Amino acid sequence: MKTITIAMVGSGGTGVVALGDMLLQLAAGKGLFGIMRKTFSPQIRGGESASIVRLSAEPVASFDGCIDLLLILDWNNFQRFSDEIVITENTLVVQDAQAGQAPELDALNSPLQVDFSGMADSLGSSYANAAALGYLSAWMQLDSARLLSVLSQRLHLSEQDAEVVYQVAQQGSKAYANSPLSLTPLTNTQSHDSYWLATGNQMAGLGALEAGVRFVAAYPITPASDALEWIAGRIEQIGGHLVQAEDELAAVNMAIGASYGGVPAFTATSGPGLALMSESMGLAVASETPLVILDVMRGGPSTGIPTKSEQSDFNLALYGLHGDAPHIVLSPLSIPDCCNTVAWAVRLASELQTLVVVLSDQFLGQSAQIFPPIAETQHQAHLLKADLSTANEGEDGFNRYIDTESGVSPMALPGQAGGEYTADGLEHTENAIPSPRVQDHSKQLDKRLRKLRNHQYGDQWCATKPACEGSAGCLLLCWGSLYESACEAQQLLQERGHSVDVMGVRLLSPLPLEELNKQLKQYSSVVVVEQNHQGQFFHYLRSLGLETNALHCFAQPGPGLLSPTTMANKCEEVMVNEA
Amino acid sequence: MKPKQYKSGIKPIWCPGCGHYSVLNAITKAFAAEELAPENCVLVSGIGCSSRLPAYVHSYGFHGVHGRALPIATGLKVARPDLNVVALGGDGDGLSIGGNHFIHACRRNVNMVYIIMDNEVYGMTKGQTSPTTPEDWDHSKLTPHGTDVPAIQPCSLALSAGASFIARAHSGDANRIAQILIDAMHHPGFAFIHVLSQCITFCPEQSHWKKIIQVREEVTDDPQQAAQFLQGDNGFSVGVFYRNPRPVWPHPSQIDKEINLRQGFQHSI
Repeated sequence: MKTITIAMVGSGGTGVVALGDMLLQLAAGKGLFGIMRKTFSPQIRGGESASIVRLSAEPVASFDGCIDLLLILDWNNFQRFSDEIVITENTLVVQDAQAGQAPELDALNSPLQVDFSGMADSLGSSYANAAALGYLSAWMQLDSARLLSVLSQRLHLSEQDAEVVYQVAQQGSKAYANSPLSLTPLTNTQSHDSYWLATGNQMAGLGALEAGVRFVAAYPITPASDALEWIAGRIEQIGGHLVQAEDELAAVNMAIGASYGGVPAFTATSGPGLALMSESMGLAVASETPLVILDVMRGGPSTGIPTKSEQSDFNLALYGLHGDAPHIVLSPLSIPDCCNTVAWAVRLASELQTLVVVLSDQFLGQSAQIFPPIAETQHQAHLLKADLSTANEGEDGFNRYIDTESGVSPMALPGQAGGEYTADGLEHTENAIPSPRVQDHSKQLDKRLRKLRNHQYGDQWCATKPACEGSAGCLLLCWGSLYESACEAQQLLQERGHSVDVMGVRLLSPLPLEELNKQLKQYSSVVVVEQNHQGQFFHYLRSLGLETNALHCFAQPGPGLLSPTTMANKCEEVMVNEA
Repeated sequence: MKPKQYKSGIKPIWCPGCGHYSVLNAITKAFAAEELAPENCVLVSGIGCSSRLPAYVHSYGFHGVHGRALPIATGLKVARPDLNVVALGGDGDGLSIGGNHFIHACRRNVNMVYIIMDNEVYGMTKGQTSPTTPEDWDHSKLTPHGTDVPAIQPCSLALSAGASFIARAHSGDANRIAQILIDAMHHPGFAFIHVLSQCITFCPEQSHWKKIIQVREEVTDDPQQAAQFLQGDNGFSVGVFYRNPRPVWPHPSQIDKEINLRQGFQHSI
């Protein structure tokens, strides 16, 4: 698959993220596919900022780590990206004439100078990024007729300003003739007439609302806020509400309150917020109140690296609750899958009256991708409501926590006469009366575990991608945002003559052990790849007593890209050692 | 229904002489007087002696975690505006661990009632000082020399945070609590009731409260006047002090039947 990756770098405020967005939109309009990730410092203005766009004629959902073209609006702080934007002698460099002094790097080709800022200045505009967009459009032969609308929408311009900025872009286009790039642009081979362009956070919001969420509690936190912001303004139009809470403690409890009232509820946060929510996550489990929390993970511990990706909240999501508190943990395997996985979470939470934590991350959440249109998921919130016409109310009150075979008990909702009960974080009897008795505790513990264990989750608990040729002896096993990179690693290995299968786990807990064992037994080596320091998922797998002893841990912390090449090299190393 | 029909029949865990019995009676009286359907009422509480109350009332209830009664009540009321939501709990629950939620519930003005049953002590953990304990009270093993910190004034705090209904009552007079609760339930917006609810187990001196309680029938809608009154008050006046209705949150929103959530994502070439 031929791809071109363009990194656009500036300081915060130079508009490189907007530039990346607009380039992606124009490329999509031409029929290309692509993905854009953003990387920046927590400083809103003046810090380093970059957007990296990878384009292809075929769907592309990962980054290979190569940079074909580096476009610099400001060299200042570029060095801070040295781990993330790796330039080689094959990287073409274009820089704004006013970008400052290029750093002394061995592999740095002498930059092609184009006076983007001067073009903007000459028209009294500050949008040098528009000139750069025009330049790139001319190189890629993108549809210049769409330039005006893309600029005015993305930069929120008045009609008058848009006209000026459009002229800046046209200057950029004209400048291409004098400073052409020795890089052949992509041509679209795929024939499709429509596409989607979205971030994972937006897809998560869509999944939540489509599955029936009508109450959202929100406390801002990077990198989860934009999922909540997408929902805000829309949820009211479909009859729901979003409340900005005073803190995460309030947010999670507001969601629990709404859900107790029978309204599917959702909140989104990141590591520090999830830690604050963990006490009440136990309340959702004990009171059997449906609750969905999206954790868009970032570098940790503590404040960590707020703007960058890491898969290091796995342990918190699984083990962060006090007491024996069984719950569900899911992870979306791609940007479009954020919609499906969050919708599934909403459904599972309501069907099983439990807590579902969805582990997304900054990469999935904030990267934008062009992908083929996705169908509406089949997942809908569905509560087992109490039917009180059949005199369910015993002498001692409604049996809210009656011990059923499935473990799920009918839930009465306020407003239903005869169903009155007090939901409780205290251990309780079947009719919801607080009880410290041994037999009540073990009955309710069993029930809450059984309802999760007995549930048939279906085959979407994981996604698998078998090797194209030959039988694979090695499995690349991952979860969350690494799945698409692992699929690209599989291709690289194929080119090197190795057959490797890929599995991405969507249902992290409870894992269907029988199924997993059946799959893992086929392989002489299983490389468990994850983006954290201690191999949290690997150690979890080990703790389950799997029937395989072929697990290899490959854990690498964020925030650098865990590239397909790195994964492929690791698999190759394992396979060579095995041989 | 009669007041006693609003009792669930579960025996309270409270000590004999506890002021909270009186609040329980007041709630059942108010519900009976207003002829409320038990299924449409929800009592939401946190943790502590007083927070046990919802289980003792024949209505829906939520006994949550420590300090979070108001967020649960807020989520429930916003999602289900048809319900009569009353949040309640103790002084530690509402003013210490849950203090931040109290401030924000006052300013948010969701249409519900919040009762703090204030006995100036952590009863359930056996007598530690709370945010409303007098600063020279030295009966706690945890602060044997007293708190040395001035007590919070809940009504003043509510006023400065923007509550639109503020009242105080005393556990010695269940009928007055019931009457104030009825007023509070009719008030559109966040209604705060501060109940001086004695704990004679850890603070036997509180049995003298009944002698110093003063009824003040001086409700105002002027925040300045209310502030002046509360600043000069010794904390033992009872009555409705402040009533100043303002728009309830959330404001009504427009439902758009035509909305297509997928529209922004879908593009044609």
